[in-house]
Parts: sequence; C-alpha cells; structure tokens
Amino acid sequence: MTVHNLYLFDRNGVCLHYSEWHRKKQAGIPKEEEYKLMYGMLFSIRSFVSKMSPLDMKDGFLSFQTSRYKLHYYETPTGIKVVMNTDLGVGPIRDVLHHIYSALYVELVVKNPLCPLGQTVQSELFRSRLDSYIRSLPFFSARAG
Amino acid sequence: MSRQASRGTESKKMSSELFTLTYGALVTQLCKDYENDEDVNKQLDKMGYNIGVRLIEDFLARSNVGRCHDFRETADVIAKVAFKMYLGITPSITNWSPAGDEFSLILENNPLVDFVELPDNHSSLIYSNLLCGVLRGALEMVQMAVEARFVQDTLKGDGVTEIRMRFIRRIEDNLPAGEE
Repeated sequence: MTVHNLYLFDRNGVCLHYSEWHRKKQAGIPKEEEYKLMYGMLFSIRSFVSKMSPLDMKDGFLSFQTSRYKLHYYETPTGIKVVMNTDLGVGPIRDVLHHIYSALYVELVVKNPLCPLGQTVQSELFRSRLDSYIRSLPFFSARAG
Repeated sequence: MSRQASRGTESKKMSSELFTLTYGALVTQLCKDYENDEDVNKQLDKMGYNIGVRLIEDFLARSNVGRCHDFRETADVIAKVAFKMYLGITPSITNWSPAGDEFSLILENNPLVDFVELPDNHSSLIYSNLLCGVLRGALEMVQMAVEARFVQDTLKGDGVTEIRMRFIRRIEDNLPAGEE
C-alpha cells in the first residue's frame, strides 16, 4: 500500500504544493500543464457530480479509482483542495486529508504572516513536515506496493 | 506523543488584558500615524481584512463547520461559533431585514474596549473597526461579499454595540484563465 503523490490547490487554481513519493509514470506534459489539467478536471467533476446527483448532496465528490490507483479529494469551504493519489488498497481518508489542511497547511502556512497566500508554498518546514506525515501514515510503505 | 499532535488539542491561554492593551496600542499608533479618524478607520478595516482572510482557514480547520446553505445559517455560525471561539463572547442576532439579507450582531460587551474611553477629539473614530474588516475578509473567502459596519457603539454612549451585516452578493468560483 502506498501514496503516489499529493497536490494542494487554492480557490483560484494555483497549485500551492506538489509532492511525489512513488510515481512510476509521468504525465508527459510540463508540470504547469499537469496542475492545470488536474484542477480543471476536479472543477468539472465537482460540478458534474452535484448536477447529476439523484439525492441532495452531502459531501460532494470524494474519490475516483481506476484499476491501478485511487484519487482522493478533499475541499474546504474556502476552496482549498487536497488531492492524494494512492494505490487501491487505501480506504476513505478524509480525516487524513483534513489533517493535511488543518495541522499542516493552516498551522504552518496560513498562520505564518511571512508566507504569502495565493502562490506556491516556499516554506521548507511545511514541505518537510508534510513529508514526515505522509511517511508516517499506516498505508504508506517505503517500497511501492 | 508527538509535539504536533498535542499542540492541536491544548487551548493556548493568553491574558485578555494583554490582548486589549495590544489592540489599544495599535489604534493609538494608527491615530498618531494618520492624524484623521477616517484614515484610521480605513486602515483598521484593511488590517482586519488581512486578518480575516487567514482567520477563516483557522476557523474551518478547528471548528469542523461545513458550508453554510444560506445567510441565516452564516449568521448563526458567526455569532455562536466564531465569536465564541475567538473573542469568548456570543453576540445575539436581531433585526433581520424582510429579504433576509441583513441582520445585526448585538454585543453586550466587547473585549476590545475594556478600559477604553474615546477622547473628544476622536469622535468619528470607529475604535473596533478591525472587527468589520475581519468579518468582510473571512466571508469573502467563503464566497460571500458582505458589508459590515458599526451602527451602535458603547464607546459613543450607546447602550450596546451593534454591527450591521449586509449580504451583497455571492462570489462565484472562477476557473483560472486558459481552462476550457
């Protein structure tokens, strides 16, 4: 079981952070385009999911999976989006994504007046704490599963 | 237990006097820097706005409140959760407009103004205007454009402090330029 990579977006589609741990295949396009593609796709899926829902929406779009990986999604009312790709063995991880938002992004970036919002996070503390956190997750194994 | 895990659950206590005095020092310095009350009011609003856009994230991280469905729900969350969490007070919500787009927050006591008296030469100073900026900034980040203004102020002799909140419009999600 493993975590492949993680994206963090803000409400304007700016990719605040990207990290990868186990990614065997790249998208074949420049990183900037990859972020735009990811954000645009998420935007469309969210809108699609709410339009086509046969019942009242509660949490909205949560995840999708293919035969090889699963994409998990978490969004805050302020438009901060946490996107994590894991392998298929990983169940719902909303609490993990919420932790990344509240204990890492909010604590280390939002609350730091020297960290400007609306652009890629430069904070090394954020990057390293996020990395330690992901590596400490029970479903992360150092060998790609 | 990791340091990170314990930090989230303990509440950080701070002397409220220190907070009140710090805010007072801030306003006093602004009055020296700007010389006229209108400019100070604008600066307080601007500073409040910058606080609000970040404070909302902390609020969402800690309170687990989801998206509000309408302005009434928003009013409830502001008064009962947010004010309680940050200032330790629970204003009451009154004077809803017939269209449901305006309401008042009545603050019986305002922690910012403990020990404060407005001198005569600052009669148009809105001492707690920072709060209006905070409300405006925070709500803008959750896609609501609002106007917040003081209509009553105990510092000016009124019995209570009243903030009037007006919903202007919903701010729509914009796809970044270049997306189909």
